[in-house]
Amino acid sequence: MVGPGAGAAPLENANPLIYRRSGERPVTAREEDDELPDAIDDREIFDAHLIRSINDPEHPLTLEELNVVEQVRVKVNDAESTVSVEFTPTIPHCSMATLIGLSIKVKLLRSLPERFKLDVHITPGTHASEHAVNKQLADKERVAAALENSHLLEVVNQCLSARS
Amino acid sequence: GMKDGRWTVLQLVEALGFCLENTDPRTRGRGIQLLSQVLLQCYSLLQEKEVLHLVLFYESRLQDHHLVIPSVLQGLRALSMCEVLSPGLAVSVLKAIFREVHVQSLMQLDRHTVYSIITNFMSTREEELKGLGADFTFGFIQVMDGEKDPRNLLVAFQIVRDLIAKDYALGPFVEELFEVTSCYFPVDFTPPPNDPHGIQREDLILSLRAVLASTPQFAEFLLPLLIEKLDSELQSAKLDSLQTLTACCAIYGQKELQEFLPSLWSSLRREVFQTASEKIETECLAALHALSACLSRSVLSSDSEDLLDSFLSSILQDCRHHLCEPDMKLVWPSAKLLQAAAGASLRTYHCITRSVLPLLLEQYTKHTQSSQRRTILEMLLGFLELQQKWGHVEEDESTLLSLQAPVCSVVFSALTDSSVQLQLVGIKALTVLGSLQGFLSSSDLELVVDHLIRLALHEEDSQSSEAAMEAAGSLAPTYPKVFSGRMVPRLEEELQSEREESYHNHRSLQQRCLQALAAVSTHTSIVRETVPVLLQHLQKVQKGTEARNTQDMVSVCQSLHHVALQCQQDAEGCWYFHQTVVPCLLAMAVQAAMQESTRTLPDKALLEEEVLAAMIPVISAATTHLSPELAAQSVSHVVHLFLDGEVSFLPQNSFPCSFQPFGDGECLEAQRRLVALLMAFVCSLPRDVAIPQQEWLLRELLALSCSCNCPFTATTAAKCFAGLVNKHPAGQQLDEILQLAVNRMEPGLAEGPRRTQALTLLLWVTKALVLRYHPLSSCLTDKLLGLLGDAELGPAAADGFSLLMAESPDVLHKGCHADVRIMFRQRFFTDNVPKLVQGFHGAGPDVKANYLKGLSHVLNHLPKPVLVAELPTLLSLLLEALSCSDRVVQLSTLSCLHPLLLEAPQIMSLHVDTLVTKFLNLTSSPTMAVRIAALRCAHALTSLPTTVLLPYKGRVIRALAKPLDDKKRLVRKEAVAARGEWFLLGSPGR
Repeated sequence: MVGPGAGAAPLENANPLIYRRSGERPVTAREEDDELPDAIDDREIFDAHLIRSINDPEHPLTLEELNVVEQVRVKVNDAESTVSVEFTPTIPHCSMATLIGLSIKVKLLRSLPERFKLDVHITPGTHASEHAVNKQLADKERVAAALENSHLLEVVNQCLSARS
Repeated sequence: GMKDGRWTVLQLVEALGFCLENTDPRTRGRGIQLLSQVLLQCYSLLQEKEVLHLVLFYESRLQDHHLVIPSVLQGLRALSMCEVLSPGLAVSVLKAIFREVHVQSLMQLDRHTVYSIITNFMSTREEELKGLGADFTFGFIQVMDGEKDPRNLLVAFQIVRDLIAKDYALGPFVEELFEVTSCYFPVDFTPPPNDPHGIQREDLILSLRAVLASTPQFAEFLLPLLIEKLDSELQSAKLDSLQTLTACCAIYGQKELQEFLPSLWSSLRREVFQTASEKIETECLAALHALSACLSRSVLSSDSEDLLDSFLSSILQDCRHHLCEPDMKLVWPSAKLLQAAAGASLRTYHCITRSVLPLLLEQYTKHTQSSQRRTILEMLLGFLELQQKWGHVEEDESTLLSLQAPVCSVVFSALTDSSVQLQLVGIKALTVLGSLQGFLSSSDLELVVDHLIRLALHEEDSQSSEAAMEAAGSLAPTYPKVFSGRMVPRLEEELQSEREESYHNHRSLQQRCLQALAAVSTHTSIVRETVPVLLQHLQKVQKGTEARNTQDMVSVCQSLHHVALQCQQDAEGCWYFHQTVVPCLLAMAVQAAMQESTRTLPDKALLEEEVLAAMIPVISAATTHLSPELAAQSVSHVVHLFLDGEVSFLPQNSFPCSFQPFGDGECLEAQRRLVALLMAFVCSLPRDVAIPQQEWLLRELLALSCSCNCPFTATTAAKCFAGLVNKHPAGQQLDEILQLAVNRMEPGLAEGPRRTQALTLLLWVTKALVLRYHPLSSCLTDKLLGLLGDAELGPAAADGFSLLMAESPDVLHKGCHADVRIMFRQRFFTDNVPKLVQGFHGAGPDVKANYLKGLSHVLNHLPKPVLVAELPTLLSLLLEALSCSDRVVQLSTLSCLHPLLLEAPQIMSLHVDTLVTKFLNLTSSPTMAVRIAALRCAHALTSLPTTVLLPYKGRVIRALAKPLDDKKRLVRKEAVAARGEWFLLGSPGR
């Protein structure tokens, strides 16, 4: 797995299109009822506390604002305990793709119950080295090893820190 | 000795003689120091002659050794405060200082002394100093040149301000004076941490700005400096320059600005077009506004040209074309610049709108997309709002008036657009147009009203509908005839129509009608039309047999309440409303209650708690703002009705039987419920309105509250009693009635079937007295505290603490003239929390929770800053409360601890072990709200110092894995947030 060169290089995509953030999910009466269980759904995975608010490593923007993640590309099956997330790099040669994928993966590992099986991959046809990136993200040992690398962990944590 | 006159200064000098003339400068210094200290204490006792000699002595000492100088200056400062200083001496002292002392090589304190001497002389010897001419100014310039200390600078800036404001001669030294002050611009100073002097950067900035912007004489030097700093990269320098420029415009004229206008404009334009900072943009616009205003104001000599025109035309030239660019990239900055200039004066407004308004109208028709049209209309609205500022539209000059037809057609087209956003801007524009006297023709007005009716009733989007109602409300006072003649009848018609629509549509249309009727009632003449319609509708609904008519009646009452609030400020409307609505509601209620009593018809809807509760605010709002005379008139009717069954003032007053709500008998249950309406009226009266037969009324209420089986009626009677007691003037009568209340309560509380009623009465009376700091309140509170240990009433008593501390919506609040002392919560806290704590420690295990609950109610209602200050002393108790099994206690304890974690992390760190354990335990509480609160606290723990938390990191992260799979989404959300933050603790990149 390759770490990004920190900071100094010029931005690859200096003027990205910016998308509107969706609002907070309104709280329904059912959700306030103590008795009724709420299943984990696509929106929840996508929502503020999960992946939509992850920061982009290059821009002071969230992945949602850059349209890297969209709710329609999040699939969850609570009963079978599976989650699948597709993400779309802003440009086909984006060298940050692995890092973005890793951030999403780490965020999900920290936020989801252990029973879930995670699958994070690039939206088909949107990145030059799609296959290689997907393979790295699916490899548990490589993900674990990457997180031992304190420089990489630092960048990932920055992406996951709440925006001030 | 000198202070009480036993010694003269001469004797002192003689006694010190040896010291003062000693050859060792240190000894000499000490001598002079002592003398100066004495003078500082008693300069006011000195004789003119003594002062003369002392001055001469000190002046000569200025040439002395440098070690001596500080004490010499102290002495001179003392002498500068003497009132008996002979003419000429002030000048001579200053000259000596200017000549002999190199001020900037002195210490900070000594420099400060010099400034003080100058300040003292300037305030008492102005004429003499002015005699020195420009030499004084020059001398001072040398004194302050190079000053570095912020404390001294504040004084020095003040001196310069006085020099200019009091018109001292500056002579040829204007530029020097400017240099010696402007060298600090822009101020760059960060107060050291723990600075005891408390001087902020802002103090220096403002003080320096006051100097720089104090005279047009500085203009030729200052303006280039401002432009230079505005063009720099530093945000703070830009801001300071802009604010200083704005300040200068207040005193400058065309002459000062002339030379610099082109570069000022180009800098301002560049900033507004390019900046990302909203602050800078705002300041740029303010500066442009000030410049334009300054030019508009300048008096011209006959031969000079008016710069305003050329200035405005350069603005127009640079901004106008951006309004037409198809990509609309710079439209907003351009529009803002134009509006800033247009808002400066009537002249600028005409000049700019003449050119811009036709252009905007043209652009509106050119663009077809709603979003672009909205942007253009918003800009147009900005200009219309500016016109409002000048009020009256003058016929011959106004561009707006000549564009009346196209402006109206643009606004009307927006109102019919399908985009809600565009509609909303259109409605706003309509409101502004309507507020311009004489702008809308009568046919336009009719069209306006039709549009508003359509939007209010039939527009699907509730935002547009609400905005239309609000617009109707704000236009109605200007055109009452059009609204009462056109809108009210239409609404009435719709309200009464029985169309063959789906039930749901019909109901929502009726709701809209009711809301619109209330919204448009902003003028007395309209209120006279709408109130009868609403009352008629209420009667119709009451007669109807449809299900859900309870909800309909509540809606009518809400509309009536809305109208009542709008009438309050207008005495005539207020009285009309009161006179019409209160008797009518009472009559309907009495009628319903009697039918209930005689069991002719099942007619309960009107007497349901919900409906009566909705009537309370109507009657209350119709009563609080009555003048005392009118209120007195009304109060006698209402009290008679309830005490004597006197119904003659009610509109339909032929009833099948008599009205006696305080009488005995099962069948009167329905009548008793109407005490709620009595309460609404009598507890809302101004405090100076006398209530006839008040003692009798109080006794009846007291009896009812203790004896009635219906909880609604008993509680209402208790509230009414409390509301009256709170306003009752202190004295024997009050003491008697309170004694009576205590006598009734005590046996009731002790035993019997009505303990709950007695407790309710105790709570409300206690509240009434706590609010006004009545001495009996502490005795009643103690009773309440005692009840916390009661197995049966304890939990209810504990909940009662919430009633005591919270604002009650219908009685005993400021709005209904209750006697409420502002600090009553803090006082209650101070008086009772120690008792609660003590009670807790002494209580048996089964009632301990009651004390904690009472405590948490008190803490929850305390203002946050007070809470954070007081909580550390209660911390151990709160930690214990976390183990309490009562979920109300858990919840309120968690909500008390949450701010403390954020604001007092040091104290909380000491208990980190307990906190972590307890919070984690509570995350598996069966109650969702507790789980959420516990997770929020676990999240807030991360604001404690990282080193304290690290030992717990693994344990917390493991424990928080479980709530990630909670069955409730809201709980999972908090768990995700908390766990994510714990992961970041002590990790790189946090």
